[in-house]
Amino acid sequence: MFSGKLHGIHAPHRKNTVDSVPTRLPVPPMITVPMSMNIGAPAKPVVKPGDEVKVGQMIAEAGGFMSAPIYSGVSGKVKRLDEIVSSNGRFDTVIVIETDGEQAVWEGVKPPVVTDKDSFVEAVRQCGCVGLGGAGFPTSVKLNVDPDRVHNIIINGAECEPYITSDTRTMIDSADDVIYGAQLLQKYYTADRIVIGIEDNKPQCVKIMQEAGKGVPGFEVASLPALYPQGGEKVLIYNTTGEVVPEGKLPIDVGAIVINCTTLAVIAKYIKTGMPLVEKVVTVDGSAVANPQNVIVPVGTPIQNVLDFVGLKCEPKKVLYGGPMMGTSVPSLENPVMKNTNAILAFDEKDAADPVPSPCIRCGRCVGHCPFNLMPAAIESAYNNNEPVTLKALKVNLCMECGCCSFSCPARRPLVQVNKLAKAMLNKYNAEQKAAAEKKAAKEKEKEAV
Amino acid sequence: MNNMIVSVNPHVYAKDTTQTIMRDVLIALFPAVIASIIFFGVQALLVEVVCVAVAVACEWAFEKICKKPVTIMDLSAAVTGLLLALNLPVEIPLWQAAFGAFVAVVVVKQFFGGIGQNFANPAITARVIMLVAFAGTMTTWKVPAFTDVTSAATPLAVIAGSEGTLPTLLQMFLGARGGSMGETSCLALLIGGVYLICRRVISWHTPVAFIGTVLVLTALLGQQPLYQVMAGGLFIGAIFMATDYTTSPPTPAGKLIFGVGCGLITVLIRVWGNFPEGVSFSILLMNILNPYICDWTKTKPFGGVQA
Repeated sequence: MFSGKLHGIHAPHRKNTVDSVPTRLPVPPMITVPMSMNIGAPAKPVVKPGDEVKVGQMIAEAGGFMSAPIYSGVSGKVKRLDEIVSSNGRFDTVIVIETDGEQAVWEGVKPPVVTDKDSFVEAVRQCGCVGLGGAGFPTSVKLNVDPDRVHNIIINGAECEPYITSDTRTMIDSADDVIYGAQLLQKYYTADRIVIGIEDNKPQCVKIMQEAGKGVPGFEVASLPALYPQGGEKVLIYNTTGEVVPEGKLPIDVGAIVINCTTLAVIAKYIKTGMPLVEKVVTVDGSAVANPQNVIVPVGTPIQNVLDFVGLKCEPKKVLYGGPMMGTSVPSLENPVMKNTNAILAFDEKDAADPVPSPCIRCGRCVGHCPFNLMPAAIESAYNNNEPVTLKALKVNLCMECGCCSFSCPARRPLVQVNKLAKAMLNKYNAEQKAAAEKKAAKEKEKEAV
Repeated sequence: MNNMIVSVNPHVYAKDTTQTIMRDVLIALFPAVIASIIFFGVQALLVEVVCVAVAVACEWAFEKICKKPVTIMDLSAAVTGLLLALNLPVEIPLWQAAFGAFVAVVVVKQFFGGIGQNFANPAITARVIMLVAFAGTMTTWKVPAFTDVTSAATPLAVIAGSEGTLPTLLQMFLGARGGSMGETSCLALLIGGVYLICRRVISWHTPVAFIGTVLVLTALLGQQPLYQVMAGGLFIGAIFMATDYTTSPPTPAGKLIFGVGCGLITVLIRVWGNFPEGVSFSILLMNILNPYICDWTKTKPFGGVQA
């Protein structure tokens, strides 16, 4: 089996906002809440134009098993249902709510009754929680596993992306919620070990969590090297348990559940108070931002309102959801803060410019920095030569798109970008192979029948 | 309003670029340039200037003629020119030096597709071609300054049986001996090597494996190992030529195999071959094996399951 250390990169930390206690954004005049804020099916609106809504009231129900309901973060009136271009380039339905500034809490907000694992998972589902580290995977789906299979509960407090400090603030400001959440998980999943992984560039968080977790059986804090991508799921599992998640398997197959610390705090808050996920602590930073800080923002607040609040040095040329390593750039400042938005980074012209690629000099840095030991330069040439069989052998499907290869490339090759395309090429090829095999099998069956 | 840049992650990059890497190599070669001027006079500087100028000019002209983007600013042509110059005897006619730079950049590098595409190291290949084409001038050595050695024969030639006396080990280390103008000063080359390793431009694997193999094998064969290691082009070859990114493997295991292979072939040629020196040939031969070494030393993906 695999042994040794996983590679990574020393990305600049730029954690300028560590000491910024989150301030609450004044209620924006309007919010636009997108329906696709999770991996899987988009939510289905349950309100119509003209409806009055209050804080914590459901405005969209889960659109399937792999989905999560959405609640209003403001009180006001539903203006219309509309469409926007989201950061992945697709059209998305949004519910536009005109706020009344009252922030009246919905009467139905009350703590859920949680008695066993099933009611716990149901509560997580009702809370509207998705993976808040950025992935947006519906948390209830992740937690809907056989408790006997869980040996390690891993809380992700690595926050390895540059700039972002929202998880850091969760650990500092809501340590009790994180611990309460951990205790709930321990109660319903009977794991032997519950470990929170934190990069060692946040010693204050390590200390606070050690303090807060005293007396919780099986709880420990793992101080991890500040080597991006420490917070990658498979990386975190390996560095906290030594287990390697094999290709095509899930963390639960090695007995692990990984949950982001802010996700856990949100669940804990919901179970305590009944207030679902309606607002986010967002780190606002970047070279175009005048006063980098953490802001508490209702989900659906247009980025423009957030940037106006913190102030801009210049016109932003590129604005990101999330960190600079894996964040996605938004097409417009009207795009809203989403459930899984942990940072808004606005960059000036210089930082926004795309680098100009030059020919590969075969220095091997992409290979040397890949946490999963892939060969990005080889993948790039296989993709350019349209060779899905080679891509399969090179295991491009394992790529988590962390971006270490592109980051370290001196020729500025778009390596991780090509990996994404290569994964799509491989998936298409696999689907075609499968279809062909099925067709062949069907034909043979027919022959047998004759 | 909608004039924002939308692009795929990542949105930050490391500071190193091809240009900064090549600049670091030039900086690392600077001590060797100084040493060449100290031991072989201003003529050494002249040869170096000619080689660099011709290499850069050839790259520019070739890319202009072929309507390709001009890449002289990545400094790789300058590195090739300087490396070639340092591998030539100081009294080489300038037109021959210029011809060598032309061969390196145009024939070995650009004909195969430019930077990153050549299968063999341009400077090494050009030197080997010159060795064949200009056998006389390429093996005529000048007596270096600061030495009481009367014969200009290289130490390797002396070991192989030519007339002459061996310089002292200290002279060998500092560079007061016969040989190509940039290869004699082990001290200068070592400083450059340490600089490159500290700047993470190269890793220690290839040079240590290469020099180590020569040391161990010549010791086993009773061939004056310390002289063998410091003589000829071993230091410049192991530190600057065998570590060329394009023509050597990317993984540590591959680099070790590459270095050991270079060392082995060097010793075979020096001890049993017709030539007193074999560093150039060994690197060239290992360049040819490079694709196979890369294939043998592929990385194992984390969590990958073999189908």
